[in-house]
Amino acid sequence: MLNIKKVCLNVAVTLILPAFAMAQGDQSPAAKPNPNMESHVGNLTGHSKAGGDLYYRYCWGCHGARGNGDGENAPYLNILPRNFVAAAFKCRSTPTGTLPLDQDLYNSIARGFNFTNMPSWAALTAQNRADLVAFIKTFSARWVTEKPGDPIQIPAEPALTVASIKHGGELFQKLECWKCHGQEGRGDGPSASTLTDSNDQPIRPYNFTSDNRSKCGRTNQDVYKIFMTGLDGTPMPSFADVIKPEEAWDLVHYLRTLQVNNSSPELTLWESTPEGKEIVAAKKVRNTYTGSGIIP
Amino acid sequence: MHTKQFLIAGVALLAASSMAIAGPKPAGGTVSGKVTYEGTPAKMKPIDMSKEPSCAKMYTTPPLAQNVETGAGNSLEDVVVYISAGAPDEPAPSTAAVFTQKGCRYIPHVLAFQVNQEFKIVNEDQTSHNIHPLPKLNREWNKSQPPGTPPITEKYDKAEFIPVKCNVHPWMHGNFAVMKNSHYAITGDGGAFTLANLPPGKYTVTAWQESYGDQSQDVTISGSETKTITFTFKAKPY
Repeated sequence: MLNIKKVCLNVAVTLILPAFAMAQGDQSPAAKPNPNMESHVGNLTGHSKAGGDLYYRYCWGCHGARGNGDGENAPYLNILPRNFVAAAFKCRSTPTGTLPLDQDLYNSIARGFNFTNMPSWAALTAQNRADLVAFIKTFSARWVTEKPGDPIQIPAEPALTVASIKHGGELFQKLECWKCHGQEGRGDGPSASTLTDSNDQPIRPYNFTSDNRSKCGRTNQDVYKIFMTGLDGTPMPSFADVIKPEEAWDLVHYLRTLQVNNSSPELTLWESTPEGKEIVAAKKVRNTYTGSGIIP
Repeated sequence: MHTKQFLIAGVALLAASSMAIAGPKPAGGTVSGKVTYEGTPAKMKPIDMSKEPSCAKMYTTPPLAQNVETGAGNSLEDVVVYISAGAPDEPAPSTAAVFTQKGCRYIPHVLAFQVNQEFKIVNEDQTSHNIHPLPKLNREWNKSQPPGTPPITEKYDKAEFIPVKCNVHPWMHGNFAVMKNSHYAITGDGGAFTLANLPPGKYTVTAWQESYGDQSQDVTISGSETKTITFTFKAKPY
């Protein structure tokens, strides 16, 4: 009898105590970041221990000693340094809301982030960069409790045609990309001036005519990934649920024709049509406040 | 003697939680009351939707921002009142909560659901929205939803209050309240709330308002009685 009582008491205690201990909004106490992480990029294996030495030499001035983006340079930066504790990353090949692949972080370190203060770290060795990727993963428990998302499937790029460019243009209208990026892709749409990122800092939509590469790479595949995965932490959403993969390539082809100051097969083809030639020529009007300022 | 009381409380709790999963909820105590404010709340500004004519034409007079919603008798609406301590975590119900975008506003303004409960986001407007919740503990995602596309179904695995915004229409602002258990209410007309079916026990009842923060009170339920409590928030004029 006494034993049964004891068992019941135990049950009662285990049931009641946690309920009192965890108030609404408390973080689950179980998950802690793992100080020993590895990264796998191609044949390379990165180790967080080696990455830590590099981080505290090259990165912490901006990203902070604890990786939460509050380094001593941070107050002076427009587009604040990434907060590795929150573990939300812009450039991914994985769906919105999921962790990126090691390869994505590795590419980001090498590429740097255009329009921000994050430079390219291509000067570091490949092994150094892989080590840094491993170290970045020691800041957040998300790398312990979650796995990176399944990378989005990118079908082979279909042949470039004028019809494809035109259909992409229809999608640009239908999906209302112009609300932020502007009808001519100059980053001056009606909502552009109101945009803020998840640090509540103003952020500008990409200006396609600026002759600059976008934040997440310059290949057609990179462009495809940008709108299908969204740039987490920014106003740019994921369109994965609303654009069919074959239509997505049409949009990529159209977006290239908006980059009127960047030669591409898409722009060349578009300019070879009378309609396209007129549109591109009109867009190349210079010295407007949103234009690139280059005199042809 | 003390042990015995504790034991009974434990068994009652066990029974209550298992029955909540299995079938009709047992009758229990009730906490009800009202949420009010004192002082002068900020005057809510009318929303200028002229940049989105398809939404603007749905209103004869511009709707007001909803950061503070007041009613008759100094009452506060859209306040989440919930059991923050004393009740066990509960598994998610199978029904989905629904969050609708209509007239470039979120309906309801505050949507409460449980941890791991599915919620659906519906776009009834003739314009594209993007749904960008800004959680601190849960995963942050951001999805586009053009008109006529199917609802977005999602869930969160941690309890949290999450502001929601649409980057295309910067005036759009709502909240998700991700709850640990089913004992929650959102105040409606007159700031009234009712938390029913509470098994005997000692509870902490918390009221959360998006602009004024939260307040808590302890309540002890011993049978099937109704306890009345009032939350009063200090309103700030700016």
